[in-house]
Amino acid sequence: MSALLTVESLDVRHGLLQAVRQVSFEVAEGETLALVGANGAGKSTLLRAIAGAHRPAAGRIGFAGQDITRRPAYRRARAGIALVPEGRRLFPELTVEENLQVANASRRSGPWDVDTVLEAFPLLQPLRRKRAASLSGGEQQSTAIGRALMTNPRLLLLDEVSLGLAPVVVEGVYRSLANLIEAGTTILLVEQDLARAMGAADRVLCMLEGRVVLEGLRGQLTREQVTEAYFGLRRQEATA
Amino acid sequence: MTWVAAVVHGILLGGFYALLAAGLALLFGVMRIINLAHGSLALVGAYMSFLLVEHTGWSTYLTLLPVLPGALIVGYLLQRTMLERSLRAGQLVPLLTTFGLLIVIANLLQRFFSPDVHSLDEGSIGTAAWQTTSSLAIPWFDVLTLGIAVAVLGGLHLVLRRTQLGRELRATAADADTAELLGVNSRTVYARATAIAVATAALAGVFYGMRTGFDPNQGGAELLYAFEAVVIGGLGSLWGTLGGGIVLGVSQEIGAQINPEYFAIGGHLVFLAVLVGRSMAQASRIRYALRRFA
Repeated sequence: MSALLTVESLDVRHGLLQAVRQVSFEVAEGETLALVGANGAGKSTLLRAIAGAHRPAAGRIGFAGQDITRRPAYRRARAGIALVPEGRRLFPELTVEENLQVANASRRSGPWDVDTVLEAFPLLQPLRRKRAASLSGGEQQSTAIGRALMTNPRLLLLDEVSLGLAPVVVEGVYRSLANLIEAGTTILLVEQDLARAMGAADRVLCMLEGRVVLEGLRGQLTREQVTEAYFGLRRQEATA
Repeated sequence: MTWVAAVVHGILLGGFYALLAAGLALLFGVMRIINLAHGSLALVGAYMSFLLVEHTGWSTYLTLLPVLPGALIVGYLLQRTMLERSLRAGQLVPLLTTFGLLIVIANLLQRFFSPDVHSLDEGSIGTAAWQTTSSLAIPWFDVLTLGIAVAVLGGLHLVLRRTQLGRELRATAADADTAELLGVNSRTVYARATAIAVATAALAGVFYGMRTGFDPNQGGAELLYAFEAVVIGGLGSLWGTLGGGIVLGVSQEIGAQINPEYFAIGGHLVFLAVLVGRSMAQASRIRYALRRFA
């Protein structure tokens, strides 16, 4: 499998704070990679840097064989990178349908349009003319994922999709993710819930204080190893 | 009967205010950009039309054909070169930038066209009126102005609600970062919206020039009425702007009916009453919410 996304020695700063330090990794076409780590480990910042919402201070991001480090976010979306941002970030005054249609700006064709997204998230079907602000958390999350899918992405970045949702809703969200993974979508997901992350992904990357401290295939890592790396109990390099 | 005439003329006058306010409502109501140079840009439209009439002998209406596309270009460049930069520095900075632009435009117009009053020929429709009764004549030109205001506001409403540009514009105004993540080029979207706003300003300016004489320093004064129309109608609502313009026009005409000197003050008083009423309603909502928390 060839690498769809290549991240090389990436540094990202929030002012004086260096949130991501010298991170390098690759995501292969069709792969699902989970990014785990404690709060403040730099996971969200890393995703935002890949999507183009945050300019890296140093390093290189390659996508589908092209250097996209300096490309603005909208051109990355048009190239096929979609981010479901933390906190959903729907457009509150727009209806569910309009929220989805905004993504037509990516001008990418593919299997996903308003109808197929509503088919994949049947709970949105009766809500399509409702304002996004009036939706429940789970409905908003489904809309946010559907909206990202509308760009027909080659790489889907998911930031804490289960945050603040009831367990039964999270279950539903992950069921629809399983369908996406089966369909061959390349996914990079950030997840606080270790069990969920290790259940859904082919490979796990653990971050601590801005660095990748552990990386391995799902079958090769034990929960204990990941937990140790997660909390930084023992500073060790990748064992996989 | 004179009161009826005052109301009818007020409604027609309101149509003109709504036309002038349409672009403002788009920039101010949707994109939260306060463009103090809106009235001046309208004047530029009137002067460009005047220049074309002078050199070609066309009718004023025909000059709209080159003036409106020109205004689209000016608006696009205005956003890309000035407003975009000032917006990056904060929401209040465009206020200063456009105020500067207002002064620059007034001075440039004075330099090239002298401070004299100019006017545009409104054609044969200008003097024609529908004499309903002995005391009520409805000028066709005012009806045309109202009709165009309705068409412009209705068109803008449709663009915002039904087109991809409209959805992208509303999404960008709400959350530009997220819109960009979906492939929206927010800079182009804003530039297109400003282009449309400036084109409607130029259209209003040409109609203004046909209604009355204009001089280089009128941009600010006319802008005041347009702002009042937007605020009375409620921010962000295009049909509200039409209603706001009409309320303003009717108040002015009724004020003038009481005493010819009360024309402007009539409109200002209603504007003030709407503002005070709205903030009182908001205060009572906040008090109610606080009581529920306490």
